[in-house]
Amino acid sequence: MLLSVETLRTALEMGAIYSLVALALFISFSILNIADLSTDGCYTLGFAVGAIVTLAGHPFLALPAAMLAGVLSGFVTAFLQTKLGVESILAGIIVNTGLYTVNLAVMGWSSNLSIFGTDTLLSLAKGLSENTAWTRWSTLIVLGVILTAVAVVTALFFRTRLGLSIRATGDNADMVRASSINPAFTITVGLCVANSLTGLAGCLTGLVNKSCDINLGTGMVTVALASLIIGETMFGRFSIGLRIVGVIAGSCIYRIIIAVALAANVPTECFKLVSALIVAVAIAMPQGRKLIALQRQKLARRKEGAPC
Amino acid sequence: MLKLNDIAKTFNPGTVNEKKALDGVKLHLAPGDFVTVVGSNGAGKSTLFHAIAGVFFPDRGSIVLDGEEITFKPEYQRSRQLGRLFQDPMKGTAPHMTIEENLALAYLRTAKHQHAYFSRTGKADRAFFRDQLARLDMGLEDRMKQPVGLLSGGQRQALTLLMSTMVPPKILLLDEHTAALDPGTAEKVLKITREVVAEHKITTMMVTHNMHQALELGSRTLMMDSGRIVLDVQGEERKNMTVNDLLERFKARVGEDLDNDRILLS
Repeated sequence: MLLSVETLRTALEMGAIYSLVALALFISFSILNIADLSTDGCYTLGFAVGAIVTLAGHPFLALPAAMLAGVLSGFVTAFLQTKLGVESILAGIIVNTGLYTVNLAVMGWSSNLSIFGTDTLLSLAKGLSENTAWTRWSTLIVLGVILTAVAVVTALFFRTRLGLSIRATGDNADMVRASSINPAFTITVGLCVANSLTGLAGCLTGLVNKSCDINLGTGMVTVALASLIIGETMFGRFSIGLRIVGVIAGSCIYRIIIAVALAANVPTECFKLVSALIVAVAIAMPQGRKLIALQRQKLARRKEGAPC
Repeated sequence: MLKLNDIAKTFNPGTVNEKKALDGVKLHLAPGDFVTVVGSNGAGKSTLFHAIAGVFFPDRGSIVLDGEEITFKPEYQRSRQLGRLFQDPMKGTAPHMTIEENLALAYLRTAKHQHAYFSRTGKADRAFFRDQLARLDMGLEDRMKQPVGLLSGGQRQALTLLMSTMVPPKILLLDEHTAALDPGTAEKVLKITREVVAEHKITTMMVTHNMHQALELGSRTLMMDSGRIVLDVQGEERKNMTVNDLLERFKARVGEDLDNDRILLS
């Protein structure tokens, strides 16, 4: 067997956390049709804030605090685009750059932070029972519960009138301009919601790793995009609920592929290449399917003896 | 209902591309007026609509809608009182959202829903949407859960029309909304337009290239040229007018033939 239960569990834990970032990109990239590149910085911000609040002795407050930090970051990105006319990609890059300093400041001007030995949400959950099965699986269960709650709330949110307005903003800009929706408002709300999820993911990563490094967010946007694309390719673009499930599944599949690569002794140096390959294959999949279908059709035609 | 006081707009002022798009437009519409607008290429018909809808703010003049000055009101705020249809049927609906979701969005304009951000589409709303869709007679009431992208251009335009009039607006702007449809569908959409406008007595402006339609539909006809309204006929005078009379009047006024490569005379 290629994967032990242990590595599978770790892969799913990471998958659960990363699917929050993938969901954030689902909101900004797929729904709002905006490339929000502040993800890396916002993710680190989430874990910096989460770690600081946890260290201050508020393990439960860490999650909402990290989300709030994400909301603020999203608000700044949205403000730059909607009020100051900064191109959306640039707005993300600017915020991302600025966040580096902000993150250092939050972490007390140190480039890493450890929360070993501090009570965290996850360690408290683990301590609820002595049962070995529970201590082994509690982290995944807690993460699963949080993820499920987020997924359900997100799915419900996008069926409310505000949610519908946000979806319309990304779906047809012309229509939105001619209807009573204020795109500046919907973009702002959308980016705030998206970045709150990124912040939450950052915070949870910090709690799982028990340490946090200023550079841990680097490349996050690519990984999340890969998960998002795997999900959308496999599950299609039907109802919002199904798409959210797809994003989560995509993220878990991505982590499992990485775990398989690890188990197959692919050297760590090659990981970025593996990630890039996964993304390329996922994006190329629909086109590949079309090509295969076309070749089959041609082959069938030839068998019938028709001229071609 | 609508008053335009000396509206002027110049695009790219001070450059070689300077274009005087609107040049002192004065217009007064009474409640329930149905105005058809014709004119040459680049006469300013669409620009006039854009000015009314708030796509840009005029350089000069003021716009008053139902007693309220809206000259500098942002586009999205005006949209609560103003319905708009474009020539391109793809512009008025969100393709990846279902028919029901699109209608729910249009329903946002009602005062009740304007700030009810977290309300969801209920049973009563759904029944109301179904009723409204059934009136289009296109079978859309049984496809409410399907994405709008699957509908034909005509169906989408009919849906857009429904969406912009479901909550009757103070003014409805139709910018050649049947021009991109095949003749049969265009006829159908036009019929629905006529019924909806008559039922709610909506003040309506409609750009058309069909001269016959311009005289037959509505209660008043405007002709535009070089950013000005050059002809405004209504009442008895309009009733007895033929397409030829209209073209003659235009020529007498402007000094040249109505120049429009898309014009339909019959």
